[in-house]
Amino acid sequence: MRQITYREALREALRYNLINDERVFLAGEDVGVVGGGMGVSKGLIEEFGPKRIVDTPISENAIAGLGIGAALTGLRPVVEIMYIDFVTCCMDMILNQMAKIHYMFGGQVNVPMVLKTVTGTSGGNAAQHSNNFYAMFINTPGLLVVTPATAYDAKGLFNTAIVNENPVVFIEHKRIYNIKDDVPEEYYTIPFGKAAIRRQGKDITIVATQALVFDSLKVAEEMQKGGISCEVIDPRTLNPLDKDTIFESIKKTGKLIVADEGCLTCGFASEIASLAAQELFGYLKAPVIKVGSPDTPAPYSPPLEAAYIPGERNIREAIIKIMKYSI
Amino acid sequence: MEISNRKKTEMLRIMKRIRTFDETCQSLFVSGYIPGSLHCYTGEEAIAAGVCSNLRKDDYILSNHRGHGHLIAKGGEFKFMLAELFGKKTGYCKGIGGSMHLASLELGILGANGIVGGGICIASGVGFSIKYQNLDKVVVCFFGDGAASNGVFHEGLNFASIHKAPVIFVCENNLYSISMKQKKATGVENISIRAAGYDMPGETIDGNDIIAVYESSAKAIERARSGKGPTLLEYKTYRWRGHYAGEPGDGLLYRDKEEIEMWKTKDPIKRFQENLINNKVLSINDISSMEKEIQEEMDKAIDFGNNSPYPEIEYLYKNVYV
Repeated sequence: MRQITYREALREALRYNLINDERVFLAGEDVGVVGGGMGVSKGLIEEFGPKRIVDTPISENAIAGLGIGAALTGLRPVVEIMYIDFVTCCMDMILNQMAKIHYMFGGQVNVPMVLKTVTGTSGGNAAQHSNNFYAMFINTPGLLVVTPATAYDAKGLFNTAIVNENPVVFIEHKRIYNIKDDVPEEYYTIPFGKAAIRRQGKDITIVATQALVFDSLKVAEEMQKGGISCEVIDPRTLNPLDKDTIFESIKKTGKLIVADEGCLTCGFASEIASLAAQELFGYLKAPVIKVGSPDTPAPYSPPLEAAYIPGERNIREAIIKIMKYSI
Repeated sequence: MEISNRKKTEMLRIMKRIRTFDETCQSLFVSGYIPGSLHCYTGEEAIAAGVCSNLRKDDYILSNHRGHGHLIAKGGEFKFMLAELFGKKTGYCKGIGGSMHLASLELGILGANGIVGGGICIASGVGFSIKYQNLDKVVVCFFGDGAASNGVFHEGLNFASIHKAPVIFVCENNLYSISMKQKKATGVENISIRAAGYDMPGETIDGNDIIAVYESSAKAIERARSGKGPTLLEYKTYRWRGHYAGEPGDGLLYRDKEEIEMWKTKDPIKRFQENLINNKVLSINDISSMEKEIQEEMDKAIDFGNNSPYPEIEYLYKNVYV
């Protein structure tokens, strides 16, 4: 099968929807000539022109408001907030308006829009370009939260997001844009709320998101040599969440590690841990272990940043720790 | 500008309907019949009535927390509004939104808003969308002088300006952001001069003179409709009551009685009514029967609201997602 990168898969999905639905447009900072902060929309302005690929001022409230106003009046906007850090500049638009309009207005109108943005720590971007605080979107009823890890999922989930009638926060990840995957050339969708079992195993369940899916798979491979079998589950969408797949795995293994790049306190990992404690108390054979960014802002200095980003070493440590409960 | 007698009569009716509705709601709130927050528009009626009298049914408006007047002027019916305020299932938003989230998509009302300035950037988006779809529509965004101090004011006006979007930004300057005098809250006396910063026309107008409101907004709406872009209109006015119904002192904690009384002499309804009587557009009898009809509409709305059911508890979970 043809292999393309996560970035190319996203561009392909965008392009397909721009071709097939006149109501779709992309707007955001530098999405045009530059092709977006991460190069996802490169070349699209040449193909679709400035009406459909809209460069905006550095004006996040206007960008989010554009999406909401357009969605309320019959369009299918895709608006881009260059880094997830910058959503703080338009949080009222996202949390109070976009998320709640359908509910507040008694279901009179839908807000079918995609707000795409980028998470992940890397490259010395430091504290204001490295946040991973998407947990607040899961904490806001009314939003759907999508976190693709693979190129295949990026394309399929984007295609689903754009035809969904709800506001979708679509979160891409900085460290995986260049990872290639088998991606069919034809159109396909991936349903929201359906996790992917990336690797089957029987001793430990690792629920991992985005970059940490790849780290978990590497460590799982390594552990297999020592006879420890890890099951790696990628929820793919944080809301809706495929609790069934996660719960089935925990029932089987009795051990849970959650690897997510959000800060450890009150993050997505905390929510999975709390669900396990609440719903599967009798099945747990060990304490749940969370792997995530430490509760500090992201540092700039390379060795500190390397220590900050959760990855293989943290997962390895977690596995060693959790396996002590085996006997 | 020639305004027909029929139009003038209709504008007076709209103003009177707004006054009746909001003064009734004030009493219903104080006596405990309305369970949640509301903000009375009394004293500012000429703005909603004058601006919306230039709009078509399929034009859009975005309203704010003091929004009952805008809804009524855009065609909102007392009974569905009051049912909403009672938290009843028959309300415009099934009792889920209340006063601050009243909306009727059918009437082009894209919602009141509980966040000061919350509608401004959405309005720019609506304007962009109208242009994108090449529709023969405009969008009016109502906000107060308080919202003009918020960053979204700048972002929304700038965005509408660069896209020449058909948006009419209507700043209802009632001289107070809750308790703070506008003089202290904004660095300029007239907010409309900020329009220059967005290369759009800006005008400050007596918001208690409905003819002036009607004529100035007609010009701005026509400009937007013909593709020339947005306008910032500032209407100076005054709210007679406190910021919200039930506010201790009803506005007197931060304003003199004399000031309030002075503004009451500029009552936009009384002014226009006298004008229509003096010019023999309407007789005293015409006005009495108009008032009688409005009171009947109000009474029926109260009965409708009272007799309507609350939404079932399951509604708590409905419509979070489509």
